[in-house]
Amino acid sequence: MKPPTTSDVTLDEVCVTAVADAFRGDGEILCNPIGIVPICGGRLARATFEPDLMMTDTVAALIANTIPVGVTNPPKVIEAYMPYRTIFDVVWSGKRHVVMGANQIDMWGNQNLAAIGDWRKPKAQLLGLRGAPGNVINHTVTYWIPNHSKQVFCEQVDVVSGPGYDKIRALSPASGRFFEIRRIVSNLGVFDHNTPDNRMRLVSTHPGVTVDQIVDATTFELVIDGDIPTSRLPTDDELEMLRTVIDPKGARKSEFK
Amino acid sequence: MSDKRMTDDDVVAELRDGMTIGIGGWGSRRKPMSLVRAILRSDLKDLTIVTYGGPDVGLLCATGKVKKVVYGFVSLDSIPLEPHFRKAKQSGSIEFSEYDEGAFYLGLMAAAHRVPFYPTRAGLGSHMLTMNPDLKLVKSPYDDEELVAIPAFKLDAALIHMNRADERGNGQFLGPDLFFDDLMAMGSPKTYMSTEKIIPTDDFLKYGSVHTLKIPRMYVTGVVEAPLGAHFTECPSDYERDEAFQREYAATAKDDDAWKAFKTKYLDLPSHDEYVKAITARGEK
Repeated sequence: MKPPTTSDVTLDEVCVTAVADAFRGDGEILCNPIGIVPICGGRLARATFEPDLMMTDTVAALIANTIPVGVTNPPKVIEAYMPYRTIFDVVWSGKRHVVMGANQIDMWGNQNLAAIGDWRKPKAQLLGLRGAPGNVINHTVTYWIPNHSKQVFCEQVDVVSGPGYDKIRALSPASGRFFEIRRIVSNLGVFDHNTPDNRMRLVSTHPGVTVDQIVDATTFELVIDGDIPTSRLPTDDELEMLRTVIDPKGARKSEFK
Repeated sequence: MSDKRMTDDDVVAELRDGMTIGIGGWGSRRKPMSLVRAILRSDLKDLTIVTYGGPDVGLLCATGKVKKVVYGFVSLDSIPLEPHFRKAKQSGSIEFSEYDEGAFYLGLMAAAHRVPFYPTRAGLGSHMLTMNPDLKLVKSPYDDEELVAIPAFKLDAALIHMNRADERGNGQFLGPDLFFDDLMAMGSPKTYMSTEKIIPTDDFLKYGSVHTLKIPRMYVTGVVEAPLGAHFTECPSDYERDEAFQREYAATAKDDDAWKAFKTKYLDLPSHDEYVKAITARGEK
């Protein structure tokens, strides 16, 4: 079989690669992506440039081998016991980098996955706070947003599940010392908060996406500094790993609607 | 020697209106569903439920048993948001107290350890503090760092489900995860444990290693034998989740007639035995 080449890379594969890059340099910590594209990204990072990452089997163990998404009971090489309770011990120890979704996110990186409208009687009840408050203030987080729009990239979130830079700045420096939003990956581009005042910045646009398209799909003003590069494509090796080992059935594509 | 065997109706007779009840398991996993259904067919009301919620919360909300739910999340796992919980939440009919999932663990642990609170960073800067105006901050006496003081949950009773138990109240889990059932049991003055099977104490190690014996009898008030007692939630290694049944249950949140039919068929039954007959008949169709 001819190995895949980067000439036919699709958007989902660019997004997976952009999530994988969020783990670059993390070393020996719990890489804990939530969602299919994020899980593909985490597994890709570990299978290629970040081999010391630890990952869960999404049940109660950490596994040393690369397992495919969307396959029931794949062969597992278990390297540690990690029941649900222990995840919080890891959160508080700080050795974790999580990728979460966001139904709303604002310019400071405040994330809402709890509810739309007044939380007392929401128009739409979403997942809830879940573990976001504890994650965000204890260790590095990355956000994955497959439906970049003005509704999601909004002026103000209805509920703060994961606090952003403005909320953290209002706390004492000790409280915010473990806080880091590493990056935000959407279906249009890559973003971070590496600006003097930590407002959200456009880092790169995915192939075929223009800066104007992103500006039009974002309610708040993004920091756009100079020429914006195109998001990197996966290498041939990364592509082959993703397509043949991590997600041979293309489950990642289901997150784009 | 104590023999703590009782029936699910005996358990319900020990509960009172307005009590705060902790429910073990996690999402749609190893929930003490036969005990929950016994509450549904009782006159109990105005309960406060404390749990990592699943269909227990959905059913108790849908049947009007609940005044307040204190939770880390409410999910059916394969269906990310419990639909009857969503309905109750959006209608504003029930009081809710939502915690960060890890902070919730600390509330259980504080109850188990009889301390007024455990401190954590979780919640600082987020809406958790807005949603729970009673939560207070505490300053570290060592370096002035400010933390959230998660108060001990004050439980009146706890309900848990174990794979195996003996008649004296020792419990054994055989799946991959105990969840927080030991803390539920320790943190409550009364704990009622249903089990797939009551076995002689001598037999525990035939089923699992010593590490599976996480519920010692000094924390258990009563034991109820209930085969399929966690149905339709999963109870590995005895059985997986009944996904088809869960889908049928979930769909009733959007259809009042379907809910009435579901309730008549599976909830308005006199006993757990009748429930098992009903789901067995369903499976044979």
